[in-house]
Amino acid sequence: MRVLGLETSCDETGVALYDSEAGLLAHRLYSQVELHAEYGGVVPELASRDHVRKTLPLINELLAETGFSKQDIDAVAYTAGPGLAGALMVGSCIGRALAYGWGVPAIGVHHMEGHLLAPMLEDEPPEYPFVALLVSGGHTQLVQVEAIGEYILLGESLDDAAGEAFDKVAKMLDLDYPGGPRVAALAEQGDKERFTFPRPMVDRPGLDFSFSGLKTYTLNTVAKHALEDGLPDDQTCADIACAFQEAVVDTLVIKCRRAIEQTGFKTLVIAGGVSANTRLRERLEEALAKKGAKVFYARHEFCTDNGAMIAFAGCQRLVAGQEEALGIKVRPRWPLDTLEPLV
Amino acid sequence: MTIILALDTSSDACSVALLRDGARSSLCVDAPREHTQRLLPMVDEILSTNNLKLHDLDAIAYGRGPGSFTGLRICLGVVQGLAYAADLPVIAVSTLQAMVLGARRELDLNAQKDVVVAMDARMSEVYWGHYTGIGAQAVVDERVSSPMDLAQYMNDLASRDDVVVVGPGWHYSDLNEFNVSAAFQGVMPKAQDVLSLAESSWLAGEYTTAEKSQPTYLRDSVAWQKRKRIRQS
Repeated sequence: MRVLGLETSCDETGVALYDSEAGLLAHRLYSQVELHAEYGGVVPELASRDHVRKTLPLINELLAETGFSKQDIDAVAYTAGPGLAGALMVGSCIGRALAYGWGVPAIGVHHMEGHLLAPMLEDEPPEYPFVALLVSGGHTQLVQVEAIGEYILLGESLDDAAGEAFDKVAKMLDLDYPGGPRVAALAEQGDKERFTFPRPMVDRPGLDFSFSGLKTYTLNTVAKHALEDGLPDDQTCADIACAFQEAVVDTLVIKCRRAIEQTGFKTLVIAGGVSANTRLRERLEEALAKKGAKVFYARHEFCTDNGAMIAFAGCQRLVAGQEEALGIKVRPRWPLDTLEPLV
Repeated sequence: MTIILALDTSSDACSVALLRDGARSSLCVDAPREHTQRLLPMVDEILSTNNLKLHDLDAIAYGRGPGSFTGLRICLGVVQGLAYAADLPVIAVSTLQAMVLGARRELDLNAQKDVVVAMDARMSEVYWGHYTGIGAQAVVDERVSSPMDLAQYMNDLASRDDVVVVGPGWHYSDLNEFNVSAAFQGVMPKAQDVLSLAESSWLAGEYTTAEKSQPTYLRDSVAWQKRKRIRQS
């Protein structure tokens, strides 16, 4: 089955063609980063407007690249949630109508299930069961994954998502949007010994996270060292970025180790935008190797939002016979653990 | 003979209409916030009751705006999907112009009279336009402005008595002097009127591809706050 995947849940327009036999055939991504950068964050109305301009031209590019025609598409998968309501509507309406027009099945995909399954697109995919750490701008969750659609939420952030904290710290340090990767790059220049930031909730049992206190602590440190223009000197900014990243990574590592101990699983999957963070990958691999567990993640371009993961996740459900009715359901809020198993 | 399907979800109404060999049929529901759920099933219903497949159509028309931003994109998203899938041309129709036809149809207006139509654009503004003649030709470019500016435009008209005013945009207190009744304010964009205008566009060769079809928002520069940087580097 050849599945067209569409992703429009936030500020990236992603399309992909995935074949249940041959694997990923091609994917295309248009990032709106430049559009939103001057506002310091995603402007939902502008995001929606851009999706409605870019989706069909990207599908044209995808077909041209693969040499397939419209008639070669056997099903359509689109992100139905969670995400920005207006942005989700664009991809959902186009995707559902395309499937209707072609007379093929359609499926609305859970964006985080897409992320969670993205490492399956790699040559050495993880095997079930595993623990998944979903870390992005909107989510920080630990999930016990028995199979596709069989998810038990082990813990999650009680306030800010890890990626959101990265973006907010980037703003404090006057870095461009999206700030996460820029904080990580700046942290490389920092001195690890200069500041030690608190590790939120590590002294408490359980697998929940909290990053808003750390964010405030970072803000106070920035204010304390600020020069006349309100920003510390460059080296201090780098030291703060470093201390912040170490605190976030340390917290995530401690909770992941705890989740592996608790479940007895030998596999951890990290997914979502923050899973591209090199420091996090290194530290997790090091910590979990001691427990005899292995860490899996997607290639860099599939850590952030993309159409390939939606085509893949949709394909798994479509092959199992699931499909969507003609009425389009967009779910801006959609808990992962309410998804149905495959059979 | 020409077969055209028209869709509109620019207001609380969700509507579809079909022209087939000169015969028209339409479906319309008042369904705020349910457009995504309703639209495709209504398309399927109107096609199947007419024993048509999507590929039998010559073109698809849509209410391109102005109107609710989300509503415009739901309609266009579905239209893009349908038209792209079946390689159909797409016809964009002004929702304000469609309302003029709707007003004449529903309120039995004298076709000799001009119509100034206004929709609520929120943020204390109105989308409006001034139309004349049977085909509802635009007298001025459709626009978004304060109700006060619209009142000013009306008061500057040489012959106020030859103009009828309709549409939900007239509810603003700055427009009270025009005494627009509830019935006249109740005029909404509907697919059947989009269809009538689309028919003329089709005959005139005015259509485009799914990829090139876009909404007409009118309000393009909402004052989204730009970010202030601390240090210029």
